[in-house]
Amino acid sequence: MDKIHSHRQVAAIKHSLFDQGYLDEQFIQLEELQDDANPNFVEEIVTLYYRDSSRLISNLDHTLERNPLDFNKLDTLMHQFKGSSSSIGAKRVKAECTLFREYCRARNGEGCRRSFQQMKKEYATLRKKLETYFQLARQAGPLETAYRPK
Amino acid sequence: MKPKNSSSQLKALVVDDDRVTRMTHEALLKKVGVESLASVENGKKAVDLHCNGQSFDLILMDKDMPVMNGVEATKQLRSMGIRDMIVGVSSSRGAENVQQFMDAGLDHFYTKPLTVDMLKAIIDKI
Repeated sequence: MDKIHSHRQVAAIKHSLFDQGYLDEQFIQLEELQDDANPNFVEEIVTLYYRDSSRLISNLDHTLERNPLDFNKLDTLMHQFKGSSSSIGAKRVKAECTLFREYCRARNGEGCRRSFQQMKKEYATLRKKLETYFQLARQAGPLETAYRPK
Repeated sequence: MKPKNSSSQLKALVVDDDRVTRMTHEALLKKVGVESLASVENGKKAVDLHCNGQSFDLILMDKDMPVMNGVEATKQLRSMGIRDMIVGVSSSRGAENVQQFMDAGLDHFYTKPLTVDMLKAIIDKI
């Protein structure tokens, strides 16, 4: 019974991630690529995303400190980061990336800085929520074992 | 006996500077049954593979990459006489960007992120 409860909990967390707009359809596409040969595929992809994107965020941070701002470089870096974020279905992060690029095109430095700060908040919040989700999913185990007769 | 153009007999190359995208595209290709895969992180490495005699049935080519971008890599591959199916995959949606990429010699272009259904449609065209 505990396993069934755990699975319901995992499903509820996933539901809320979608309902609150943190994730989009792409995350479901990634889950469909998970199988017995790659049971932790989604967690591996998300871990890789956070590892690789930290370098991009650091580059963006440094580039935003320059005066005058190099909007072309900022746009290029954010284009890269947005592409990576969309690969894992990070919907809110992606939205902030889009806003940032609009500010770049408008040569609005203050707007860029504001949306970058907001993007980092969404990025960090999503990370925590996904860590909780994956931890619970691992504890719950494969779905079929929850219903396996004793 | 497998059909002549069964996906398991196809050889695919993923060209993208983003590791997450490479892993995702590899997993997508495996999901639709492509068993022979390679991936590289920029256009120059894709060109080098062909210069070394490798050939592919399908290349998934990103547009914006360091060292050599997808537009340049596609032009070079076509000028080398490479007739592999090259599918541009990019998050750049602007009509001008897409046209520039198509003009380089792509067979098709899809906006990222790729899905299983998009990939099945691509493989059906091979």
